[in-house]
Amino acid sequence: MLEINPGLILWTIVTFIILLVVLRAVAWKPLLGALTAREEKIRTSLQRTEQAQQEAEKLLEENKHQLAQAEEQSQRAIKEGRETGERLKAEIIEKANASSRDMIEQAKEEIRREKDAALIELRGEVADLAIMAAEKVLDANLDAPKQRELVETAIREINKR
Amino acid sequence: MMDETLVQGSLDTLRAGALQVEGHGEENLFVELLHHVQDSHELEIPFLGHIELPQFTPFEIAGLTIDMSITKHVFFLWFAALLLCLLAIVAARKNRKHPVPTGFGNLVEVLVVFIRDQVVVPNMGSGGIRYMPYLLTTFFFILVMNLLGLVPFGASATGNVSTTAGLAIIAFIMIQVAPIRTQGLGHYLAHLTGGVHWTLWPIMVPIEILGLFTKPFALCIRLFANMTAGHIVIVSLIGLIFVFKSYIVAIAPVGFVLGISLLELFVAVLQAYIFTILTAMFMGLGMQTEGHGEHVESGH
Repeated sequence: MLEINPGLILWTIVTFIILLVVLRAVAWKPLLGALTAREEKIRTSLQRTEQAQQEAEKLLEENKHQLAQAEEQSQRAIKEGRETGERLKAEIIEKANASSRDMIEQAKEEIRREKDAALIELRGEVADLAIMAAEKVLDANLDAPKQRELVETAIREINKR
Repeated sequence: MMDETLVQGSLDTLRAGALQVEGHGEENLFVELLHHVQDSHELEIPFLGHIELPQFTPFEIAGLTIDMSITKHVFFLWFAALLLCLLAIVAARKNRKHPVPTGFGNLVEVLVVFIRDQVVVPNMGSGGIRYMPYLLTTFFFILVMNLLGLVPFGASATGNVSTTAGLAIIAFIMIQVAPIRTQGLGHYLAHLTGGVHWTLWPIMVPIEILGLFTKPFALCIRLFANMTAGHIVIVSLIGLIFVFKSYIVAIAPVGFVLGISLLELFVAVLQAYIFTILTAMFMGLGMQTEGHGEHVESGH
């Protein structure tokens, strides 16, 4: 059983070499080629997927950033608007106050002028009355106590009026 | 397994035994049983009997008598080669047609990827990829030859020490070629000195040269012994039936044979794998730039 048969050894070597040459051409090369091509394809597609994911994440980040910016801007606009409004309100109130103050001042002035005019008129009338009283006194008996009484009565009348 | 053949053969044995003197029967049986794991000049065809295979007259070269006759094992060697060619072509065609391999194409690809990622790259590095066709052919050829021994009327060409010797000779050449191609002849020869002081070369060089031959020799014997052992165990178990000449006793051996056959199925794959990984390892040892002196000799 252990005897060596050189013929079989030779046949084995010859068969193996032919088999190797044939299989290498028709089987192993195509098989390995397809295998490496597929592996390459899987690797690249995985890489591409990762890239796409990273890009999407970046976009999302950007979007978030932009959204935050927009929010901030709108907040600022609102704040600014409010401030402007406040300022306007204060201004208007101030203006209104000023004008009312002016009006009051004017009114006071008017009143004073009216009063002055009235006083002047009054003075004129008092003078007239005094003259009238004096005429009456002159017409009547010119005694001193009566004169005094007449003048006092006239003044009282003026005061009463 | 070769049960029917065995039955036929054993019946022959019994007949022969009956003709001969009683007592010599068992010895005769043993010889007859061994016949079934040995090479022969005839091929057994199911239901048709034997056919004689062509024989050529031996010729002599350099004192060696070479008989190139087509024996049973040569037939199965060729049968395995043709079968493998057919299956590999089918697998390659299928995988080329479909971008995602399925079924048989996928099975072959799983094995190819296994050889590449578990056998070639870890042992030889990425430089070993160029030897993939050789190692793939070795693995699949041995696998198919081993499995053919488990087919009824089949035989394992690897159960013959000459076949495994042929495979080992090719492995030996590849184990020398791989390091010479990657590191050059000078480094290869330097490696033979074992890296010791030059005064020790007279001891070291013969040992290293001996080491070159023990590796493929172990490959040859390991594969042959494993394949033959399984067949002999099965044949012996079947032979028990004829020793006891009883149908009732037959139940036990048949059960055992079933178990051993399943084991054989595993061993057929395992031995193909071991032959391939050891060849890759031995090739890889010389291909690495560093790591001298690690003569890993592991096996089954």
